[in-house]
Amino acid sequence: MNNLNPSVLAMRDTGPSPEAQITRDIVKRGIIAAPALIVLSSLIWGTAGAWSSAYGLGLVLCNFIIAAGLVATTARISYALMMAATMFGYILRLGLIALAVMLVRNEPWVDLLALGLTLIITHLGLLFWEMRYVSATLAFPGLKPVMENK
Amino acid sequence: MEALATIARIAAEAGDAVVDPAAAKNTAAAASAGYAYGLAAIGPGIGIGIIFGKAIESMARQPEAAGMVRTTMFLGVAFTEALALIGFVAFILLKFA
Repeated sequence: MNNLNPSVLAMRDTGPSPEAQITRDIVKRGIIAAPALIVLSSLIWGTAGAWSSAYGLGLVLCNFIIAAGLVATTARISYALMMAATMFGYILRLGLIALAVMLVRNEPWVDLLALGLTLIITHLGLLFWEMRYVSATLAFPGLKPVMENK
Repeated sequence: MEALATIARIAAEAGDAVVDPAAAKNTAAAASAGYAYGLAAIGPGIGIGIIFGKAIESMARQPEAAGMVRTTMFLGVAFTEALALIGFVAFILLKFA
């Protein structure tokens, strides 16, 4: 802690944002998984389950997009702002999800159990799916044989 | 003094009122669900703070590793948030389902 560069609060990253890339992959995989999820929900809970699952998946993907957007945008300004934006963004996004669910909870096309389970399962499922690729990518430089310059 | 007397009168009237056990149970369940959601959000909040603190420290020590640190940080934050999401879903299901 004591060896920190005093200018850390002024540090920023102008390079490509890894969060945007991760979120792009997650959204792609979410769209791929959406039909299977909706069909499964419709088989279990009927039409309301299908609509609820679609809505829940949309919420999860929007949540990832907002999180990545906040981090990527603020990292270009400063890391300190990135930290603040993420901490407040966490509260903001939780509030937005709560608001989005509260607004539709009494609608006839909503099945709360289907919506809740979709929120949890898709959030965790998409993260685990992405983590497989990210961990392989991070491990790769260590496993890659070093090319010798001759 | 007059205000205190009014409060005492209202409290006495409320004490005399017949409480429906089912309604009282529902109110208690709703309050408990709310407290549970609030408590469920504390842990992830602390976790995200720790993750970010450590990430900033890592990026300050090794700026060249910032991309890798941010990748793992983002995934870590998303996993931690899942805990809060589980708490929220439990709250919704307990209170409204």
